[in-house]
Amino acid sequence: MLSLHCPYCGVDVDETDLTPGGEAHLVRSGSGSDDADFEAYLFMRKNPRGVHFERWRHSFGCGKWFHAARATDTLEVFGTYSAQTKEPPQDVQERIRARRPDWKGFGKGDRI
Amino acid sequence: MRRYSAFAIAREAARYHTGWGRAWRNPTPKKSYDIVIIGAGGHGLATAYYLGKNHGLKNVAVVEKGWLGGGNTGRNTTIIRSNYLQDESAAIYEKARSLYESLSQDLNYNVMFSPRGVLMLAQTEHEIRGYKRTEHANRLQGVETRFIGPKEVKRLVPIIEISGPRYPVLGALWQPRGGTARHDAVAWGYARACSDMGIDIIQQCEVTAIRQKNGAVSGIETTKGEISCNKLGLVVAGNSGVLAEMAGFRLPIESVALQALVSEPIKPAINVVVMANTVHGYISQSDKGELVIGGGADGFNNYTQRGSFHHIEETVRALIETFPIISRLKMLRQWGGIVDMTGDRSPIIGRTPLENCFIDCGWGTGGFKAIPGSGWSMAATMARGEPDEFAAAFGMERFIEGRFIDESVAAGVAH
Repeated sequence: MLSLHCPYCGVDVDETDLTPGGEAHLVRSGSGSDDADFEAYLFMRKNPRGVHFERWRHSFGCGKWFHAARATDTLEVFGTYSAQTKEPPQDVQERIRARRPDWKGFGKGDRI
Repeated sequence: MRRYSAFAIAREAARYHTGWGRAWRNPTPKKSYDIVIIGAGGHGLATAYYLGKNHGLKNVAVVEKGWLGGGNTGRNTTIIRSNYLQDESAAIYEKARSLYESLSQDLNYNVMFSPRGVLMLAQTEHEIRGYKRTEHANRLQGVETRFIGPKEVKRLVPIIEISGPRYPVLGALWQPRGGTARHDAVAWGYARACSDMGIDIIQQCEVTAIRQKNGAVSGIETTKGEISCNKLGLVVAGNSGVLAEMAGFRLPIESVALQALVSEPIKPAINVVVMANTVHGYISQSDKGELVIGGGADGFNNYTQRGSFHHIEETVRALIETFPIISRLKMLRQWGGIVDMTGDRSPIIGRTPLENCFIDCGWGTGGFKAIPGSGWSMAATMARGEPDEFAAAFGMERFIEGRFIDESVAAGVAH
């Protein structure tokens, strides 16, 4: 079972107390944006085999949304952090780099 | 290809079964093919087969990073049905189901299609209404289904508990022509027939890059060297996102783990397929006697082919309430597969932003039942260069147009 650390409650939480919320750091496109941006925001996902940043909600706890950095090919968790940020904090990024030397960095190396 | 027949069994028995030979060739890849299909699962092999059979295109290779049929084709619960609500879905799934009926003869390979009937239990008032609606829709679509009451359910499935305390069985949507087939045999049968037509199936050949020239695909780079092609088909289920990234576009898809399990073998106890969507579990009995059980998908991105154990627990908990007789059964094996879930839980077949690169993916938790229809449609789409009658509604552009084929709402669950 997946276990994540809730950055708000400060406790380790089992997956059964959490709700997954999909890819994090999506750029929200609202009214006035063009169709392609709106489609990208609503449906298009990076879905990487490797380092993934994603949203989780501590549903059976504080009820707050937070972010997790996780590897989808090993289920390794690199760290969790507040959802009120536009990119993963430096310490989380350092931890990913230590474990995955070929990781290109947040938002880098994306061909698309 | 030496045909399999009763006579062949007698002939080979007479020489102590030393003369059967290999079912398919194991070729080294050529430098170039007209068409390359990535992914030798059921859908990829079916695509190659119908390219050869229906369109006469036989300079085709199917490349596979593992072994053929080793992904979701070998990991599903083998259920075949076509009782979908939306017309577009019913059309392609019914095409697949009808192809399954004659697939063994068509491929000269016993896929053990067993039209034993599929029951989808209604365990709430809403489900009754939902399934009655589906029954009416199916009648208009030409798909034979019938809503039946709890007594008839009990007659069809004597081991079912219809007056369960929390979710009594109030009725069911009954598709008598649905059923199961032997999943490995479907992949093997298509592989053998493809190989016989001269189509190369190249296993243990992982694609590392997709080459393009002037916005069109020109070939692939693999662990067994470069292969150039005029047209490329991506048929890789859970790995679609990885291949799409190589091809330079994104998909409205997320890959998650879906699990199944089988019990120890027991004597024949249930001769239909039962799906219980409210409590979320489905069950059938294999020819070996094992109860084949499927459950819910995880909610988070995952490529490990391992799911979360609490889903197994939930599935089994739900099923022993509906089938109390199985509560003492030991479970033999459990496993997971990586399924590709789209936003509307319907598949994607058609063109991609990269010219001459086609995709068939997004079958999510219900791909096995669609294999022949998916291959049929994908082959026609690749041969013509534009979507055929079945694929027309399933193009990727439906997400930008907001023209969903919303089976997620229709089924209430993943399907």
